[in-house]
Amino acid sequence: MSNTFPADSVGLVVPKTHHFHEPLPLDSGRELPEYQLVYETYGELNQDRSNAILVCHALSGDHHAAGYHSPTDRKPGWWESCIGPGKPIDTNRFFVVSLNNIGGCSGSTGPASINPRTGERYGPDFPIVTVADWVRSQARLADVLGIDCWAAVVGGSLGAMQCLQWAIDYPDRVRHALLIATAPKLSAQNIAFNEVARQAILSDPDFHDGRYLEHGTVPRRGLALARMLGHITYLSDDAMRAKFGREPRGTAGKLSFSFDIDFEVESYLRYQGQSFVERFDANTYLLMTKALDYFDPAAKHNHDLSAALAHVQASFLVVSFTSDWRFAPSRSREIVRALLDGDKDVTYAEIDAPHGHDAFLLPIPAYLDVLQAYLEQVAEEVGA
Amino acid sequence: MSELRADLAIISEWIEPGSRVLDLGCGDGALLKYLQEERGVSGYGLEIDPANVVACIRNGVDVIQTDLDAGLNDFDPDSFDYVVMTHTLQAVSYPHRLISEMLRIGRQGIVTFPNFGYWRVRLQLALKGRMPMSGALPHKWYDTPNIRLCTLRDFEALCRQQGIRILERRVLDHAHHEQAFSRLLPNLLGEIAMYRFERAA
Repeated sequence: MSNTFPADSVGLVVPKTHHFHEPLPLDSGRELPEYQLVYETYGELNQDRSNAILVCHALSGDHHAAGYHSPTDRKPGWWESCIGPGKPIDTNRFFVVSLNNIGGCSGSTGPASINPRTGERYGPDFPIVTVADWVRSQARLADVLGIDCWAAVVGGSLGAMQCLQWAIDYPDRVRHALLIATAPKLSAQNIAFNEVARQAILSDPDFHDGRYLEHGTVPRRGLALARMLGHITYLSDDAMRAKFGREPRGTAGKLSFSFDIDFEVESYLRYQGQSFVERFDANTYLLMTKALDYFDPAAKHNHDLSAALAHVQASFLVVSFTSDWRFAPSRSREIVRALLDGDKDVTYAEIDAPHGHDAFLLPIPAYLDVLQAYLEQVAEEVGA
Repeated sequence: MSELRADLAIISEWIEPGSRVLDLGCGDGALLKYLQEERGVSGYGLEIDPANVVACIRNGVDVIQTDLDAGLNDFDPDSFDYVVMTHTLQAVSYPHRLISEMLRIGRQGIVTFPNFGYWRVRLQLALKGRMPMSGALPHKWYDTPNIRLCTLRDFEALCRQQGIRILERRVLDHAHHEQAFSRLLPNLLGEIAMYRFERAA
């Protein structure tokens, strides 16, 4: 059966679930009385338990980073380009852990889960979680798996923020932090986009104050709009021009003189919005955007990022993409600068790529070369 | 490890063990790798070329992908013992600004560059009337990255003008070997110039 999958894929994977009975304290002052995390692992943990890599997902990602859940799956995990035998995150050498974060909608405890204290779904009562809360929950998963120190923590975008938080909160548990297409905090513009996305969901009549499941519905229009907006920020102007241009859609290139779809880009965005609704939960989307907005590790240190990073022990690889305007290279340079201030080990690569923010998920050779070279060094260092 | 290029070997002798070094235009990171392994030096390389960035990573050198023409604002004053720039000075847009930046960031600067006063270079221009090409200057005039060529005397004049004290000078041939006779008339006989310098108090 496994020979139906590409040779450089981890192939068939089965998600695992761990239930945590100890309450998780949260930055909001609230706590989760109990929770579960769903996760996948690829590769083998070595005898020294030194070859583990944590993969942290971004806004709409989940634990399914690589491989297939069934031989009939149309698509592999979200980071198949990077994880697998012989790939940059080489599963012949590393033991890879990828989980769905708390508040998610792919199996870990989230708004659609039952609140054990009420016997009903959390819905809008699910506590607002932060990047640091996620990292705390991930550290407990590491304990369960017997991983004292990650060879590397790796992520893009919101995933990279978790990696940065790991290096700050657990300096002796991270050897290398790989931060891809990220920022040390959101800009006003970033927050503004998130707010419009949230308003799209909150103002959908089917939202029902977050109790839509009880009403047997979901805020389809709002969530689809939020996703459409997000997608615009994931692509560069050039990438959109190359992908769609002003290509007319349908009827022999004639304008419809109506508010129907005239251009390919409209069709694409509608499709992205609608297919997202099938797999994602609106309350989770609200939570994820809030976690992004709240992320600001320098805030506790008088807004001095160098001070926030003063005690990190990890070595860093920071990667940005020239056409990414959501988290532009200058945002990555802020992190690099703060690390240089503290004489930390840091390498920075700015990948020339036209794809925009989405580039971090794409198999861009120059990008994969950097990751591969870096992680080969890591593998040698930890004896993987 | 493989033998270090002769000019890099000289630089490594100039650098105190255990010091902090910033290498501008560090190429594949060979110098920093050598300094890290043999002299206990720490620091970073700056490099613009993606293939060289990957080579640095493979060499275990911390490299920051940077366009030197965009300046060195990410670095604090006096954050390095040495700022090194080998065979790069002649390829940047504003060499004079970069030199003063080197001494803002570092205690001492070290540069190497091809000497445009080398006798063969002079002869080619004087006798043939063509832009010179040589072992150290292998490019045609229209596709050369070397846009700011200078002679030893030019460089030393700039140092005087900028209040920079030259601590050491060597000249090499294009294979980076030191020829004893070159010292007699360095601006005529030296093909590659090497300088170590600091701010005059």
